[in-house]
Amino acid sequence: MAIEVRIPTILRSYTGGAKAVDGAGDTLDSLLTDLDGKHPGLRGRLVADDGALHRFVNVYVNDEDVRFLGGLQAPLGDGDSVTVLPAVAGGAS
Amino acid sequence: MLELPRDLFEAMIAHARRDHPDEACGVLAGRAGQPARIIPMANAERSPTFYRFDAMEQLRVWREMDAADEEPVVIYHSHTATEAYPSRTDISFAAEPDAHYVLVSTRPELGEAAEVRSFRILAGVVDEEPVRVLD
Repeated sequence: MAIEVRIPTILRSYTGGAKAVDGAGDTLDSLLTDLDGKHPGLRGRLVADDGALHRFVNVYVNDEDVRFLGGLQAPLGDGDSVTVLPAVAGGAS
Repeated sequence: MLELPRDLFEAMIAHARRDHPDEACGVLAGRAGQPARIIPMANAERSPTFYRFDAMEQLRVWREMDAADEEPVVIYHSHTATEAYPSRTDISFAAEPDAHYVLVSTRPELGEAAEVRSFRILAGVVDEEPVRVLD
């Protein structure tokens, strides 16, 4: 069961420069654990110490923001594609 | 050094003034480091002190750029009461290593004058660079 994961520039140091990698898992959580086995450290850039997705990243399953699909518990199936983008945010305070 | 066509430079300032006192944000997309078009983005926070690209709009725009072989050459936003210098929040979120981070200040003391400054932000380190407007 292969799921394509698109990796943003800032995290390609973990994937040997690859823009997309394949992983496996039936939830986002298990996918990220699987990916971390092949690309150590990647999971830590996406999941914060409190065990939730980091606020510095946006993660999408197909065209949906995973925050609305259950976050790390978002279900995945064969052929789904996951996209990671850095959140673009900031401001004066 | 960031080289900006005059129309894009003016369009960023106009966007910042339009959304004042809330912060405005957007992207200049282009190829090979040359900004070619402006994409004003919604500030999902609608706040005078914070901005965040709407996650769904960002996905759409990033895919559009990908398909056109473009990149976010510039990521801009405004500060509406303070100077055009990256805040700690700006620095902590900056995650496009190849982008120029442009700040536009619309603080009232400036009056009609525009303050536009450009920075590279890499791993928490801020480097200001000159902005050259091309006529």
